[in-house]
Amino acid sequence: MPLIKNGEVVPEDWGYLSDEAPLPSTGAVFVSLARWQAERDTLRGRNQPIGVVLPNDADPKAIADDLPHLSAIALVFPKYTDGRAYSQARLLRERYGFSGQLRATGNVLRDQLLFMHRSGFDAYEIARPDAAEVFRAALAEMTLFHQPTGDGRATILQQRLARRLDNRSAA
Amino acid sequence: MYAYDDFDTQLVAERVAQFRGQVARRISGELSEDEFKPLRLQNGLYLQLHAYMLRVAIPYGTVSSTQMRQLGVIARRFDRGWGHFTTRQNIQFNWIKLEQAPDALAVLAEVGLHANQTSGNCIRNTTSDQFAGVAADEIEDPRVWCEIIRQWSTFHPEFAFLPRKFKIAVTGSPNDRAAVRVHDIGLRMVKNAQDEVGFEVIVGGGMGRTPIIGKTLRKFLPKQHLLSYLEAALRVYNRYGRRDNIYKARIKILVQELGIEAYRREVEEEWAAIKDGDLRLPAEAIAQIAAHFAPPHYPERPTRPAAFLEALRGNIDFARWHARNVAKHKQPGYAIVTISLKSEGQPPGDATAEQMDAVADLAERFSLGEIRVTHEQNLVLPHVAVADLPEVWRGLAAHGLASANIGLISDIIACPGLDYCALANARSIPLAQSIALRFNNWQRAERIGELKIKISGCINACGHHHVGHIGILGVDKAGQEFYQLTLGGSASDDAALGDLLGPSLDTEATVDAVDTLVETYLSLRQPEERFLDTYRRVGLAPFKEKVYAAH
Repeated sequence: MPLIKNGEVVPEDWGYLSDEAPLPSTGAVFVSLARWQAERDTLRGRNQPIGVVLPNDADPKAIADDLPHLSAIALVFPKYTDGRAYSQARLLRERYGFSGQLRATGNVLRDQLLFMHRSGFDAYEIARPDAAEVFRAALAEMTLFHQPTGDGRATILQQRLARRLDNRSAA
Repeated sequence: MYAYDDFDTQLVAERVAQFRGQVARRISGELSEDEFKPLRLQNGLYLQLHAYMLRVAIPYGTVSSTQMRQLGVIARRFDRGWGHFTTRQNIQFNWIKLEQAPDALAVLAEVGLHANQTSGNCIRNTTSDQFAGVAADEIEDPRVWCEIIRQWSTFHPEFAFLPRKFKIAVTGSPNDRAAVRVHDIGLRMVKNAQDEVGFEVIVGGGMGRTPIIGKTLRKFLPKQHLLSYLEAALRVYNRYGRRDNIYKARIKILVQELGIEAYRREVEEEWAAIKDGDLRLPAEAIAQIAAHFAPPHYPERPTRPAAFLEALRGNIDFARWHARNVAKHKQPGYAIVTISLKSEGQPPGDATAEQMDAVADLAERFSLGEIRVTHEQNLVLPHVAVADLPEVWRGLAAHGLASANIGLISDIIACPGLDYCALANARSIPLAQSIALRFNNWQRAERIGELKIKISGCINACGHHHVGHIGILGVDKAGQEFYQLTLGGSASDDAALGDLLGPSLDTEATVDAVDTLVETYLSLRQPEERFLDTYRRVGLAPFKEKVYAAH
């Protein structure tokens, strides 16, 4: 499955570890939330990148204190019409200050990529060969936004107010 | 009125281009129907019984003459020459071709119209009081806040895939004409003890198969916090609203299952974390939007002009129309005209392209170029000089738009029903027409007085039957159209859900039953009592007895 980061297809260097599988000595792995909570100290002590797959009905608060130890979090779209992970993404980025990889997994389709990007995702598992082109095209479709979402873009309102200030200082 | 600036124009243009691409990918087969469906719904495109239906947004029901003419263009060029105004102050075109939908949207975009979020599990078009800005009883113009909500909710990335649709209504007047207690969130502008204006926030109202009157979530919310509070309320819903069952996915069910106190705790906790963040509205931003809705300049006009008084005395048709369809304006010398889209024999809410043009012309000449759409499926000319009323009336009459029946028994709300809708169990429009025909004697209708009949063709309640003084719900009984009647509902500030009268009836018996209900009311009423008042005083029993005595 192609993985998109920074608009490019990148090599997948993460593995998903099932709850029963032994912990490999090297390599970046995602574990389930349950495994993370059960084996937190062991996993932290491994000194290799570790990530958690957060089910979309879990409260991000449950891992808020763990974020400094996590290199990546995968959020899940079981169906693309299930939008719970958008709220989780915004909370992780804006409320809890997570700055590692935030990955969209599951039913990740072209027409939701812009919403995901604006909500704070920066990595996407896109099940199609032209993933990079599709990603770039989807993100270019809109250039103006109303909502402040912590993605750093100036909202239309902020642009309007700035323009008024400019006009005032020019006058 | 709100006027688009270059940001709004560009945003809508980008959306048209985006949707054009989505339609092309659907037609090429790149997108499956399953993947395309939510995309087209978020652009107001439904697949109905016979064709695609395009629902065009009329934000908070305010539309200009120029925009109304363009709706006529859509009706002529892309449809069969008419459109249908809805209970959510929108307009629907019933015969759209998928491949032409992007072109229709481009034509709409030329005048600042669109179909964004008129369907789908997202925040829908915000509705309001059709008399906003001109009502004599208003605290403040609610459209300022509707527009602020419109901008915030447009393509909100977090709330594009909610558990279910989400409808917000705002009223600026204590006399609620926007049915705020039957919305997912209703906002009432209120004053606190310090005389500051803010919002009472009501949550979890709605109709459909589980009708519920909304509960007060917060008694007073300062204005600058409106968006952060809405974002908190929506975030809690997005995270915890049910997604396992479409019929239990609206916020009303979440509020019911959690309890209002627990839901409030969640919202307040979330809100505390974001209230002073980027969503807090600076006074300058509020002022910028409010400037669009500043009262227009009203040239001074006489309050009791001679020609108008002459027409009242000399022309019974004009006098009746004036008594029924004209409301008090806050500006002396002006009046608010409601244009009935309920003329006899016409499907409620329908208007032809010619009628749209006629209304646009009259608004341009006599109403500062502004028109409103009401949730009761009528139109409004909000700024008519009293002296111009006779000429406006003649202009309306020439196009079959001068029915003097606002608030009367023939001013019926009806959903499109089985004539168009794939969800319906029964037809709504022919029943509305039969009832209107039965009560076509205007003296009798006047004697009956205010009586709100609302008809839905299925349990989804698009025709608001739960809150009709008489509500009528279409049901399927062994393949036949039957109707269930409810009594005593109201969508106003005294909001209530109707009580079930008894077993369902066939079409003819339904019309007879309405007649019997009306006669029962007339025999029981005390002076000044409306149907609703009498019903509330005497209860269901006498009505039930009369209707089922004959069966």
